[in-house]
Amino acid sequence: MNLIILKPNKENLHSYLALGICLLSIGFLDIFSSIFLNLNITFFLPSVISYLSPLILSALGLHFIRIEYSGNKTLDKINKNLNSSNFNAIMSLIVIFVLIKYVPPLLNWTFFDANFLGNTKEDCTGEGACWVFVKVWFNRFMYGMYPNVEQWRINISFLILLCSIFSIFILPQKYKKYIILFLLFIFPVIALNLISGGILGLKWIETGAWGGLSLTFIVSAFALIFCFPIGVFLALGRRSDLPAIKYSSIGFIELWRGVPLITVLFMSAVMFPMFLPDGTYMDKLMRVIIAITLFEAAYMAEVVRGGLQALPRGQYDAAKSLGMGYWRMHFFIILPQALKLVIPGIANTFLALVKDTPLIFVVGLLELAGMIGLAKTNPKWLGMAAEGYVFAAFVFWVICFTMSRYSQNLEKKLSTER
Amino acid sequence: MSNIIELKKVNKWFDKFQVLKDIDLEVKTQEKIVICGPSGSGKSTLIRCINRLENHQEGKIIVDNTEISEDTKNIEIIRAEVGMVFQQFNLFPHLSILDNCTLAPIWVKKLSKKKAEELAMENLRRVQIEDQALKFPGQLSGGQQQRAAIARALCMEPKIMLFDEPTSALDPEMIKEVLDVMVDLAKGGMTMIVVTHEMGFAKEVADNMIFMDEGRIVEKAKTKDFFDNPKSDRTKLFLSQIL
Repeated sequence: MNLIILKPNKENLHSYLALGICLLSIGFLDIFSSIFLNLNITFFLPSVISYLSPLILSALGLHFIRIEYSGNKTLDKINKNLNSSNFNAIMSLIVIFVLIKYVPPLLNWTFFDANFLGNTKEDCTGEGACWVFVKVWFNRFMYGMYPNVEQWRINISFLILLCSIFSIFILPQKYKKYIILFLLFIFPVIALNLISGGILGLKWIETGAWGGLSLTFIVSAFALIFCFPIGVFLALGRRSDLPAIKYSSIGFIELWRGVPLITVLFMSAVMFPMFLPDGTYMDKLMRVIIAITLFEAAYMAEVVRGGLQALPRGQYDAAKSLGMGYWRMHFFIILPQALKLVIPGIANTFLALVKDTPLIFVVGLLELAGMIGLAKTNPKWLGMAAEGYVFAAFVFWVICFTMSRYSQNLEKKLSTER
Repeated sequence: MSNIIELKKVNKWFDKFQVLKDIDLEVKTQEKIVICGPSGSGKSTLIRCINRLENHQEGKIIVDNTEISEDTKNIEIIRAEVGMVFQQFNLFPHLSILDNCTLAPIWVKKLSKKKAEELAMENLRRVQIEDQALKFPGQLSGGQQQRAAIARALCMEPKIMLFDEPTSALDPEMIKEVLDVMVDLAKGGMTMIVVTHEMGFAKEVADNMIFMDEGRIVEKAKTKDFFDNPKSDRTKLFLSQIL
């Protein structure tokens, strides 16, 4: 008879609700007081039970308010999403308690106790993050060692890039392909010449001085643009009927996939110049970009090959039966479908590529993370590693999240199957 | 009339398994041939050899005065003259029905876009789905998809049409709409080779019937003789089972 009290029902909705909310409140009061006031209100209980008391009390509370179809919308929603069974209730509570315990200190460190004003390390109190560090070094984080007076050249390049990308979204379909062609073939030349200079009276700035976030963008952009077509050709090559093409593709892919990127970069910087004929010189940045491009192209090839293999043979048959040759069949029929299938994989490879760029520090090129590594060793700014790397993480996250969202939109836009 | 397709002593193996055995076949212009037989008898392989979606190892296949072999340089030219309709439709799912129909005429036959679209609309009207032209294949019923596939093949203005079990993947009520289109096509004078089990269709349009079993042509006869008076016991057995 007594057990009936433990089975909440709709008839006694209000009494169960009152009891449940009461227990829940005590549970939360307990956890708040122990986290924020350092006060254990259940000190009189044995230590283990006292430690678990918030969880036990709240779980009991949730048990009492678990009444199906109570008619109360808020209650039903809570029961459905957080409190569908005892196990789920305990899981929900643990997650909530962990958030209560760890989110406020994180917010305190990042915002409330952080220092934003000032110009030196001494302006920071040391309780929270010292964003002064990021503020003072911001210019270097963006442009590396690029001379301040010449930075407008980088700004203009990125402005052109942003404008063209923006215009792709607003211009009608007819002009889009011209913008894309411009971005792929003309813009890189303009940007490279503008940034490196040496023509039209622009001061020559060697690539060793390039750095920071702009270098991250430059390396990623070039590697992205080139690794994609190379990857597609390698994937087609690997499926070719011609043994020479097939086995050289397999060889290339397996060679580059089997080597760590850091070794590839090191080889490109140190070993590669030895193989060049005397008197020829290839820029270090160029070598690095080529190395990253070929490395990621091998991965891209395997991603694309996955898509090619997923297509039914009927698509090949149909294209052939209409008289299409190899290239037409692949360009119009096979690749559009295969690439659409592997957009998630392509996005994955692109994200990995962007996040691999910091490795170019091994050849002495300092993009965003590299610049931060340099700045944190500055004697005036010792001990700022956390702020620097949190900033780097945030910037990389924004870039990668944008790309990821874009790939999801693309997937949605291109899906023609219901 | 001259032979537009000739097969002489064609043999084909998949690894060690022989799928086609000494196939001899002649098809005249405007002739309609229906091939039937149990599954695995090599019917599909036979017609897939005619436009070289499969290659044969022995014998001669001559299509429109060109021998098809490994040395054939421009197999695409032959394929453009031979339309094919598949059991699984094989429409291109990423293109609208109209683009499905215009892609090959534009890029293989080098028609202008306007010309190709006119041609496509004409053929879509012929198979009675011109109102679906801008939809994607995934939005159409099976019968509509198969009719679109027929229209796509017709847009290449082929001399020969091959049908590889065109109604086998369809719901019963959609079979008729596809067969109607094929009957219409046959009456228009197209040379057709059809692999099918639709004996009603065969009786209506076929000039000659071919019965295949285990990679051989067991019986080839005029349609009337084939149904009224089959010679081999194997054919009799097959017909008694499906009629």
